[in-house]
Amino acid sequence: MKAMIRNSAYLSLIYLFFYIPIIVLIVYSFNNTTFSLVWHGFTWKWYVDLFSDSDLWIATWHSFFLGIASATGATFLGMLTAVSLYRYRFAGRNFLNGLIFILILSPEIVTGAALLILFTFFHLPLGFLSLLLAHICFCIPFVIVTTYSRLISFDKNIFEAAKDLGASDFIIMLRIILPLLSPALFASWLLSFTLSLDDVIISYFVSGPEFQILPLQIFSMVRSGIKPEINALCSVLFCVTVTLVVLAQLALRKKT
Amino acid sequence: MKTDNHFKSFSLSIIWVWMFLFALLPFCLVIIASFMSHNENSLITLPATLTNYQHLNNSIYIRIFEKSFVIAGISTLLCLIIGYPFAYIIARMQSRWKSFLLLLVIIPFWTSSLIRSYALIAIIKAKGILNSILIALGIIDQPLAILFTNYAVLIGLIYNLLPFMILPIMTNVERLDQRLIDAARDLGANRFTTFRKIIIPLTMPGIIAGSILVFLPAMTIFYIPDILGGAKSIMLGNLIQNQFLISQNWPMGSAFSAVLTLILVTLILVHVWVTRGNKKREWL
Repeated sequence: MKAMIRNSAYLSLIYLFFYIPIIVLIVYSFNNTTFSLVWHGFTWKWYVDLFSDSDLWIATWHSFFLGIASATGATFLGMLTAVSLYRYRFAGRNFLNGLIFILILSPEIVTGAALLILFTFFHLPLGFLSLLLAHICFCIPFVIVTTYSRLISFDKNIFEAAKDLGASDFIIMLRIILPLLSPALFASWLLSFTLSLDDVIISYFVSGPEFQILPLQIFSMVRSGIKPEINALCSVLFCVTVTLVVLAQLALRKKT
Repeated sequence: MKTDNHFKSFSLSIIWVWMFLFALLPFCLVIIASFMSHNENSLITLPATLTNYQHLNNSIYIRIFEKSFVIAGISTLLCLIIGYPFAYIIARMQSRWKSFLLLLVIIPFWTSSLIRSYALIAIIKAKGILNSILIALGIIDQPLAILFTNYAVLIGLIYNLLPFMILPIMTNVERLDQRLIDAARDLGANRFTTFRKIIIPLTMPGIIAGSILVFLPAMTIFYIPDILGGAKSIMLGNLIQNQFLISQNWPMGSAFSAVLTLILVTLILVHVWVTRGNKKREWL
């Protein structure tokens, strides 16, 4: 009993550490004063300011569009890779495995710098396309890990049966793997979207002035100083990503 | 059988083209660039040279490297000390709340660490909540100056990276065989010996994985020192970002990145060496 109380106390302490800053942020986004600790009454003012800031709207639209495009690209490519690794034996399979392993681990800043050099090397202007390619790059490993761990829970006999009955690999993919994998793909897509929406480091390297995105906008607002709008913006974005993460986790948990 | 292989070759060619262009080639370019020079007209140019690596031997850079190592090391250690018991308790819990509690750890894992670092400011600033509470409790009478110091960077790193330590350890503890612990206790080992000789070695892969996942980002998340640290809190990440985007010295920045990658490869080799024999390597 004593151990249980001690354990729960410890858990609560860590959870408080995780969540108090966020709760404070959200509460103060309704505080009727520029950033001060004293409560000056409830206001929607910062949210109104936020929604009338046209630069932010453009950046938001850009970020959502980028997130949707890169999540879709990453889910497609990641799924192909995971399925190939699962079903086929091919030359360089171990090498590919190792490469993915390194991609998961490589510090974002190195990836960002490497992609910046790559895009400059190919004379690709920095903007939407460079961001899209970069975001697909860093989302792919997460898609592979999520879908692969789902694939290994399947019964391999299903594929043998389909093959015996004359299905080609493409039909197997379309009619068997895709439906079975759909919860994992849905989760991967949502998580990739979240990652894309939140990424600062890699985007910082490969973005151009014509295509402003939300995380970088937040970064420059945070650095340039106190503007209570940031609290409102961060609260909104935090709630959006939490919703997506919870949805993704529900999709992954279903039927496992 | 032959017709089947269209799909296979289609998938494999897409994957290889992508991986070559966007995984292999960029990293090779970093290595190549680190041996190049730069001038006013071009970011990267011949002649090939070793000067970038020789410049690393500069005392300012060495100090930044050392400091990054120390701060990243301390935050890894603290994450391990704080995170291990946490992961252990949750992993061995038999409660219907378990999946909810797990979700509460996964949320910080996936949400923007920029936003969460920003949220920390309100807690640790001079007139922030932490100081107000400590003063109200009579523990201190002057507000602690935490924000814009290395301590703030440390707190920020732990706050952001703790889930990366907790989740791999949790996976390992969940796979722990209760019978081994019971056997050790039956054979007369006390709690401490069981922990040291059975539990720690069996969860070592998780500890190593978590440490790598904390240590590497800790050195390179440049926005945490940027937001929470002071003028002196420059870490490796800030240095690389600076070389690329402010000083425009790409070869030098590439050399830093290459050294960082070398550290990474060493750490991975250590990890592989420790987990050798384990066929399945799971990360998250």
